[in-house]
Amino acid sequence: MKASAFSYHKPSTLHDALHLLQSEEDAKILAGGQSLMPMLNMRFVQPETLIDVNGLEELSAIHYSDIIEIGALARQKTLASNPIIQQHLPIMQEALKWVGHFQTQTRGTIGGSLCHLDPAAELPMVALLYDAELEVSNASGTRSIPMQEWALAYMMPSIGPDELLTKIVIRPWQGAYGYGFQEFARRHGDFAIAAVGCLLKLENNIITNISVSIGGVEDVPRRFIECENSLTGAEFNKDEIGERIIEPLNQVQYLDDSLITGAYRRRLLKGLLLRAIEQAANRA
Amino acid sequence: MQDQQIEMQVNGKPVSGVAESRTHLGDFLRQTAGLTGTHLGCEHGVCGACTVIVNGDAVRSCLMLAVQANNCEVTTIEGIAEEDGSLHPLQEAFQNNHALQCGFCTAGMITSLYAFLSENPSRSDEEIREAISGNICRCTGYQGIVLAAKEAAEKLAKR
Repeated sequence: MKASAFSYHKPSTLHDALHLLQSEEDAKILAGGQSLMPMLNMRFVQPETLIDVNGLEELSAIHYSDIIEIGALARQKTLASNPIIQQHLPIMQEALKWVGHFQTQTRGTIGGSLCHLDPAAELPMVALLYDAELEVSNASGTRSIPMQEWALAYMMPSIGPDELLTKIVIRPWQGAYGYGFQEFARRHGDFAIAAVGCLLKLENNIITNISVSIGGVEDVPRRFIECENSLTGAEFNKDEIGERIIEPLNQVQYLDDSLITGAYRRRLLKGLLLRAIEQAANRA
Repeated sequence: MQDQQIEMQVNGKPVSGVAESRTHLGDFLRQTAGLTGTHLGCEHGVCGACTVIVNGDAVRSCLMLAVQANNCEVTTIEGIAEEDGSLHPLQEAFQNNHALQCGFCTAGMITSLYAFLSENPSRSDEEIREAISGNICRCTGYQGIVLAAKEAAEKLAKR
């Protein structure tokens, strides 16, 4: 339960961090450490070099001017109480209630949650709902990656070994809309067995716009496009919604293991989906 | 860059020492600072036993490198009581309510609750239960710990 040896660097500027990433072989970024440190301690990862980005103050900022810009190093604890997030992205604060414990939120960062990309991670689900754009930089420049292209495979984000996630850009929806976030875990702070996020607009009780993301049920958190397509234009009543989600629920490639079966996950997802849609509709 | 010169304030006193980069804060506190009140259980952030307070925030000392706490102010279980040895209300309440048996989780329980109640001592039962949901106790069944937290919270609110 002790990490293998590594060399440690703590750059004080983004420029230095990116050059270190370029020049060091087999380097890992250490941000909040709430996922990487357990993996180091258990020797699931044994990098040659750790680059600690906690000295890069400029990566912690949270700005709002029509769009919300969140620095990758913003801590979960900060996001949970930040007035910009409270006003313009309240679903993130609801999702954060499910993220670890208060003693891990003091260190854990949004960038870390996105880069670690656990199948059950809540913050990627929120980023997915809004089609967030992720800004990543390397020594030669910066590019922007749409959230729907972020996950390549199980715990594998679309980021190069020399790149650093610096910023998450979120465009809140225009006009009135509702949001819902529902999750089931066996104990508070445990990984989600299933989780659902939902944004929707209602006009004359018809769903005119809907965004749904799911976590914990597949290899990666993702947008539930099949469900969105099925529900767009639907009247908001329980029977109608219940009918329309059956086929989308059949399309999910449920994780299935000896502890939690795919059938159980499907059952949970159905219930959580209905609750999240109802919660969002009541707030719309 | 394997060995690091590390300096921090622990319970108000300066501590300095050399540790490998890979040494986590929990091991540094136990082995270099000689403060063995901080208990290391799972060492992957699940059990909460190693919780300490760094610059006012409760953190898992197994999930933070010692070098990351360089120049920080750290409070461990040894720093909770008054200087004259009189117990903190949390410690008294743990004694009064039989909130510990083997004592392994106790340091983490008290440091967690100390940070939690310092932010706001007026907490509901539900909030207290949620606050210690990241601290595993295998002896007490948690009832005594919740009662102790409530008793301490009431005292702290009057301070």
